[in-house]
Amino acid sequence: MHPDPRPLVLSLAGITKRFGPLTANDQIDLDVRAGEIVALLGENGAGKTTLMSILFGHYIADEGTVHIAGADGQLVPLPGGSADAALKAGIGMVHQHFALAENLTGFENIVLGTQPLFSLTLTRRAARAKIERLMAESGLTADLDVPVARLSVGEQQRIEILKALYRDVRVLILDEPTAVLTPQEADGLAATVRALAGRGLAVIFISHKLHEVLALCERVVVLRGGAKVADRPTAGADRAMLAELMVGRAIPPRERPPSTPGAPVLSLKAVSVGSPGQRDRLEQADLDVCAGEIVGIAGVSGNGQGALASLVAGLAAPREGEARIAGARLGRADPSGRIAAGVGRIPEDRHRDGTVGALTVAENYVLESISEPENQSGGFLRRGAIRARAQEAIAAFDVRCPGPDAAIRALSGGNMQKVVLARALAREPRLVLAHQPTRGLDIGATTDVHRRLIAARGRGAAVLLISEDLDELFALCDRIAVVHAGHLSPAMDTQGLDVRTVGLMMAGHGAGEAA
Amino acid sequence: MIRFVPRARTPVWLTVAVSVGSGLAALLLTAVPLALSGAPVLAAFVLMAQGAAGDGFALAETLTRATPLIFTGLAAAVAFRAKLWNIGAEGQLYAGALATVALGAGLIEAPAYILVPTVLIGAAAAGAALLLIPVLFKTRFGADEVVVTLLMNFIVLLFVQMMIEGPMKDEMAMGWPQSAPVLDEATLPKLVAGLRLHWGLVIAVVAALALHIFITRTVWGFRIRAVGENARAARYAGLPVGKAMALVGVLSGGLAGLAGASEVAGLKGYLTSDLSPGFGYAGIVVATLANLSPLGVVPAAIFVAGVFVGADSMSRAIGVSNYLADLVVAFALLSVLVGGLLTRFRIVVVRRGTA
Repeated sequence: MHPDPRPLVLSLAGITKRFGPLTANDQIDLDVRAGEIVALLGENGAGKTTLMSILFGHYIADEGTVHIAGADGQLVPLPGGSADAALKAGIGMVHQHFALAENLTGFENIVLGTQPLFSLTLTRRAARAKIERLMAESGLTADLDVPVARLSVGEQQRIEILKALYRDVRVLILDEPTAVLTPQEADGLAATVRALAGRGLAVIFISHKLHEVLALCERVVVLRGGAKVADRPTAGADRAMLAELMVGRAIPPRERPPSTPGAPVLSLKAVSVGSPGQRDRLEQADLDVCAGEIVGIAGVSGNGQGALASLVAGLAAPREGEARIAGARLGRADPSGRIAAGVGRIPEDRHRDGTVGALTVAENYVLESISEPENQSGGFLRRGAIRARAQEAIAAFDVRCPGPDAAIRALSGGNMQKVVLARALAREPRLVLAHQPTRGLDIGATTDVHRRLIAARGRGAAVLLISEDLDELFALCDRIAVVHAGHLSPAMDTQGLDVRTVGLMMAGHGAGEAA
Repeated sequence: MIRFVPRARTPVWLTVAVSVGSGLAALLLTAVPLALSGAPVLAAFVLMAQGAAGDGFALAETLTRATPLIFTGLAAAVAFRAKLWNIGAEGQLYAGALATVALGAGLIEAPAYILVPTVLIGAAAAGAALLLIPVLFKTRFGADEVVVTLLMNFIVLLFVQMMIEGPMKDEMAMGWPQSAPVLDEATLPKLVAGLRLHWGLVIAVVAALALHIFITRTVWGFRIRAVGENARAARYAGLPVGKAMALVGVLSGGLAGLAGASEVAGLKGYLTSDLSPGFGYAGIVVATLANLSPLGVVPAAIFVAGVFVGADSMSRAIGVSNYLADLVVAFALLSVLVGGLLTRFRIVVVRRGTA
């Protein structure tokens, strides 16, 4: 292999970080050259966040060194434990969850922290000129003069990137940047990143979407269990290979046996949910989800899928129209009524809605069914029976936990989700509502959730899967509908459906225009 | 570097150890200002201990003082567990006391086995009704219960003053603003003849046991815990959040009302506007020291009562201000808050390396 002529801008050598018995980073080397786009790949807990936190001075490495190129191109050691030093040395990061002050304008957000307290018009004008130059060079366009709360997610992200560029970064770290974008926006971001790299910026791209990594990055570094297990060019790599490197074992292909849909279980006719002023609302939606099929709802979050999920979960009532589950009309907001009607519900946010963190695994498992005779008699809890039932669920769903009496907040996200899944599926619901069921889960846990949903479909349940992850929807669903600005498209057969069509619809263009 | 690792479960012994340790730490911390003031530290603590539990009389006095604190401590514990911030136990105590006098001072004439339960139920109902108002305001309109319950204390106290200066005033009390005394049939009997200790203590301890069983073993107790820890998830799971909150209000207000009944029918015999030297507020301290456990409230209340009774006796003997008692309780509270870290987290010391 020829030596790369481009100069090194960042060099991490032998980085080791231990937390008690856990080695979060084990002798990790990472070199990044000017103009290079490097993917950092790994499951949750593989050590990506720890490594980036060391780079940023949030943690101090137990062993190893960080060198960064100074103004003259010479590598100098970066002092550990100082976020300030990292920023001054030209490291910038765009987090998955943006760090923007929502009530300030894009311009104010970008210059925030770089301006003297009593800034003069002159420095404002200079700052403005610099930002506009950066926008012209990089192709990142956004409205600088409205509060960022009014910008779309894509624009907010562009503001975040401009914020980093404004500080003259030489290394830009993007953490899961496409998680919140439509496919078209993601393509736009990829073009921008390429343009920036072309101008000499080094980019570290953290993602778990393998196809993006393969398309955008020239080199991929894979972490697993805190150690670097691969550092290779993306040329010649494929998705199966990268997935296997991340997980450490071969991922069995998802099996999705054919299924014949039966009668509609969930049926919406011209249903509206939420007041007209609300952003996340549903207007005149028609949808049938039949027994034995998985229907997916695609869309950028906040476009109405929240309202749909609330309706099915029982947190909201239809404002108008007719919603039925197995023929029975849905009236007022009534979560326990929905459970009784046979809806198994997996909420979007397992910490906020799905579990009570301070209660035990067993108590969370019976949260919905506590008044059933199997769990109580005469108003007193049948503690032995509850424990035994939870123990069965722990075994059946392979929940890794110290036992049924452990507080559920001590479990990892994947294991917590397994408890939620066990609770939702235990009583063989006829309708399963899965709202972002794999968000934040690693490949292993995600595969498990998918397997459970397919199994529910196999036994004749109707499954409504709401997801922002198009790969997930295309892999699991029999039909996919798209929701945008409160309007739900007809559900289209997944077979023969083009991802780009769905992407355009997510951005608000009709299916007709896309074709 | 020190890191805090969340515990999957907290052993019971550790919870107890933290509470006991906090009490001891508080006494140690109090020794510092005590020594600075030039008082003989060891002698002061010995006198305090003797004053609190040195003989039968001292012990009885401490337990008498602990009785209302157990009730108000339970009131705070059950409410705070459900994240219902009831700061109004003082007002609910007075509401209970007022109901005791209203029912027990001649309105109903009946034998003790009817009148005592009537008075207790009436007092509990009065306290419960008083707290239901802010609970409904909270669940219906989202009104902040801290503000409403706190301000209602003053309304109730002024109402009590109005009643004992007016319609309920005892004409035989030489013009003192106090209510007519409760009938003998409405009085809680003394536990030991010649001491002030009365049956209110037994009722308080039974209430603590009952509340413990209710919270840990019953469906409604489970719902209250779930709603308190995460109301959103409880609602998502279909639990009756509003009803659980109302039940908490009834329990908490009712227990505080019983504190008033116990003080009037067990100790004072009549109602004055200085019936409670802040038992309602001290209940919050007791509940916090007890880590919101109903069973822990009993020893915590005895500890706080003992500190106050002991400090009184010590200040008379060596002339140190009995404000020292406030200092001990305040230090104990701070120690418990710090100790709470130990029960929720394991502390792991990580050797600090350099990059």
